[in-house]
Amino acid sequence: MKILVCIKQVPDMESKFKVDSDGTWYEKSDLVWRMNEYDEYAVEQAVQLKEQVKDADLTVLCIGGDQVKETMKKALAMGCDRGVHIADDDSNSKEPYEKAGIIAEYARDKSFDLVFTGMQSQDKGSAQVGLLIAEFLDMPGVSTIVDFSYSDGVVSVKRELEGGMKACVTARTPLTVTCQLGLNTVRYPTLPNIMKAKRKELLSIPVEDLLKVESRQETARIYFPEKKGTGLILEGGVAELADKLIGILKEKTTVLT
Amino acid sequence: MKLLLVAEYRDGKLLACCNELMDFSDKMGAESVMCLVGSENDLPGYSGTLYLADAKIYGEYNPDGHKQFILDVVEKEQVDMVAFSHSSYGWDLAPRVAFALKAAQVSEIVEVVDEIPVVPLCNAKLRRDVLVKTKQSVVTIQAGAFGLPEDPVGTPVVEKVEGNGEGRVEFTGYEQAESGGLDLGKAQVIVSGGRGIGKPENVEMIANLAKALGGEYGASRPVVDSEWVEHNRQVGTTGQTVTPKLYVACGISGAIQHLAGMKKSEFIVAVNTDRDAPIAEAADVLVVADLKEFIPLFTEKIQAL
Ligand SMILES: Cc1cc2nc3c(=O)[nH]c(=O)nc-3n(C[C@H](O)[C@H](O)[C@H](O)COP(=O)(O)OP(=O)(O)OC[C@H]3O[C@@H](n4cnc5c(N)ncnc54)[C@H](O)[C@@H]3O)c2cc1C
Ligand SMILES: Nc1ncnc2c1ncn2[C@@H]1O[C@H](COP(=O)(O)O)[C@@H](O)[C@H]1O
Repeated sequence: MKILVCIKQVPDMESKFKVDSDGTWYEKSDLVWRMNEYDEYAVEQAVQLKEQVKDADLTVLCIGGDQVKETMKKALAMGCDRGVHIADDDSNSKEPYEKAGIIAEYARDKSFDLVFTGMQSQDKGSAQVGLLIAEFLDMPGVSTIVDFSYSDGVVSVKRELEGGMKACVTARTPLTVTCQLGLNTVRYPTLPNIMKAKRKELLSIPVEDLLKVESRQETARIYFPEKKGTGLILEGGVAELADKLIGILKEKTTVLT
Repeated sequence: MKLLLVAEYRDGKLLACCNELMDFSDKMGAESVMCLVGSENDLPGYSGTLYLADAKIYGEYNPDGHKQFILDVVEKEQVDMVAFSHSSYGWDLAPRVAFALKAAQVSEIVEVVDEIPVVPLCNAKLRRDVLVKTKQSVVTIQAGAFGLPEDPVGTPVVEKVEGNGEGRVEFTGYEQAESGGLDLGKAQVIVSGGRGIGKPENVEMIANLAKALGGEYGASRPVVDSEWVEHNRQVGTTGQTVTPKLYVACGISGAIQHLAGMKKSEFIVAVNTDRDAPIAEAADVLVVADLKEFIPLFTEKIQAL
């Protein structure tokens, strides 16, 4: 069985963001980078599937500059067999259709049975790339899964809907699934596996070799929204804060009477 | 400009998003038609043409069949834009329709300024203006960002669409969430803990404050996903929607999916170390503090009242 998992490196969302000089993306210096949270579940599920079927080859793919290799190494340490780094210093200006086109171009002749992606990226959050890969490769795709099982070429998943309801869906491979938070329990790579990952293949391919489609949209500008919050901000020592808050609750609500 | 609004139907019922789609269409200054895979027994209050496919034939989850149905309507009506809600139904279909139409897709629009769609970036800390380069486009709109003050009362002109609704995946049924007998919706005070609580032992801190305030405790999704708290206490789009007199969000950043479940609370207090956390937008009071220091002390003081 051949499995592909696509991951993205994103900044920690608690970072202080700054708009870059172009005004079309955030400044990339001074940020802490990590694997997109949704993709951690995708990698974990792919590794679990590999462990289940045993005879499987699992490729992790990431488009981005050299720095994304750090995040790819984590996926290798979690249990992916090989890495494909699509070298692109300008990946943030690529729109979802271009990214999916690049990934599909790489995957086209490799007959993957299963493609795992995150349901969305934490920074851009377009929720498009996974399903677009499925369209490019002409395979069915199911989004937002919170449960996955595989047996004999048939995949059974649960899609998460609003209000906590789930839809049960089955499909045959080849198939693409996009993974939602909570799909599984993501493992921490062990030290021996981190060491082993250093020796795994990590192939770099220039993005120019794989980009065959044209962009359909671009970012005009990014900016901070006007603060709509009319709320009060309390700062200071905790004892003083607690007293202030009690005063406010007594005045504005009926819960303390 | 002509829009196709895609209405939603689940478990035998029309979903409430049509109103938001109609408001979006008004804001775009567009004329519209609507389509629905549903039933003629439950139609939206809409005064326009509604293309209707029978959910009994098409199935409630059948991306290939629904996609083809939408594409046929697009072809017939020559629309410029297809609009979905940014929901489990909409984000699942939109990329497929966009791909087939060779159209750009703009996801999760929160606002339209001078015809330019605006979307969130980085957990809504930033905004992004998008330039669409294709003639037709597909959009999804953020839940709650649009909406008419009242549900329109029109009656649609129904055009039934016959088709076989074939597809490659099989939908086998729904699984309902278990409530475990708890109804957060009834609580007058809810204190919720988010990822900022740091470890499962700290759930008790949140529960204690809730008890001191005579209420229930809730949680954001990561706390539930980590199994520190049961799913029946999750607040948000994929959990419960609550409207207590007081909601205290501790160590919760305020992602849109969490806000959707609690922003109608009467009074909202947030406790967060990050002054810029998006929860500040919804909070009446933001206490900038480490919850591990603030909550126990605050709880003691409440108990001493
Ligand atoms: C389709 C979909 C449905 C979803 N449904 C839901 C849902 O129903 N409910 C839900 O909650 N989420 C839902 N989510 C997830 C949502 O997008 C966010 O990922 C989630 O709400 C984040 O939870 P959080 O705020 O607890 O964690 P984070 O975003 O990680 O925020 C943690 C916060 O804690 C603060 N903090 C850290 N340490 C401390 C400290 N010591 N003291 C005080 N503050 C501290 C940080 O500053 C930060 O603001 C959904 C996502 C998707 C895609
Ligand atoms: N630069 C990238 N490299 C590899 N995969 C990506 C990249 N960007 C997005 N993806 C994949 O596509 C998913 C959805 O991203 P998005 O459409 O941007 O919300 C992510 O969870 C990843 O699995």
